Amino acid sequence: MKPVLLLLALLTAAAAPRSGYDDASPETRAMQDDDDANPGFLWVREGEAQWSKPAGPDGKSCASCHHDATISMRGVAARYPLIDTVSEQPMTLDQRIAQCREERQRADPLPPESEAALGLSAYVGLQSRGMPLHVRADSPFVAAGRRLFETRLGQLNLSCAQCHDERAGMKLGGATIPQGHPNGYPEYRLEWQAMGSLYRRLRDCMTGVRAEPFAPESLQAAELALYLAVRAEGLKVETPAVRP
Amino acid sequence: MVRVLLNAPKQVPKGQPFNVKLLISHPMESGQRRDAMGMAIPRHIINQIVCKLDEEEVFRMNLFPAIAANPFLVFSATAEQSGTLTITFTDDNGVEQTETTPVEVV
Repeated sequence: MKPVLLLLALLTAAAAPRSGYDDASPETRAMQDDDDANPGFLWVREGEAQWSKPAGPDGKSCASCHHDATISMRGVAARYPLIDTVSEQPMTLDQRIAQCREERQRADPLPPESEAALGLSAYVGLQSRGMPLHVRADSPFVAAGRRLFETRLGQLNLSCAQCHDERAGMKLGGATIPQGHPNGYPEYRLEWQAMGSLYRRLRDCMTGVRAEPFAPESLQAAELALYLAVRAEGLKVETPAVRP
Repeated sequence: MVRVLLNAPKQVPKGQPFNVKLLISHPMESGQRRDAMGMAIPRHIINQIVCKLDEEEVFRMNLFPAIAANPFLVFSATAEQSGTLTITFTDDNGVEQTETTPVEVV
């Protein structure tokens, strides 16, 4: 029995990643496909306004340096998380935006999960929509992220892999368990009735297995995000995605 | 001011129905929920949406608490002559907001 299970696990791992879009209902997919119906675009428009809104003592906006986001931010979200050359640590797109705001604009940080922060992230992400995720996989942080993904956590003693690798496509209650790819963040979840970041998703999953969630700025959260991106290699960016 | 996406075709054939799409950023708090302290969260929904083409009313809707947050609405209208489509909505706090978009009859 065991070798069969192992073979099955290997086959699942080798198959092409499947976006959560393909597991969503036709209604949810239709919502994502129509930019006028996708509530994520409410946040995108907020982000577009933020892009050229001056902040900090020098009155600089994102546009002061990066000019037209539709050109300068094209493909950026598909490369994140990456290993920051200065800190030599993995860095997510949300962390990069926050860093830019604090160090370059010298402005007050945007509160995490705020309309403005999610909006900016969604607006930047949108510029890579349809492009395949491609993140450098040759750092030790990827292996560390994979270990976290496969580590049992919390009172329920479950790892990410047990649901999203081994049981993807099966049911949890009435819902199909997706493979858990990060290709649409920040995304609009009908369950939240709001936009949320990848970190919010991870936090909710970890609370779900009754574990203490990684802190938002922790190395672990970034490593896990990095491994998820490597795992989703080749999936198209869908930001702002709509999910149940 | 809440964020609104209002989408109607820029040019429409005379007398032919066209679709107006409206997406409003609003919590649509039903009034049925309680917060962490057990206190009732007061109802806060958009209760009325009125759409006019110039002075003529083309669509009106009363909304109730069962409608989800960030409501999305599609309705159709016809135009005999070019004008401005004006959408006005009111919420439980008495806040009124108006969005407009031009419609050209060809």
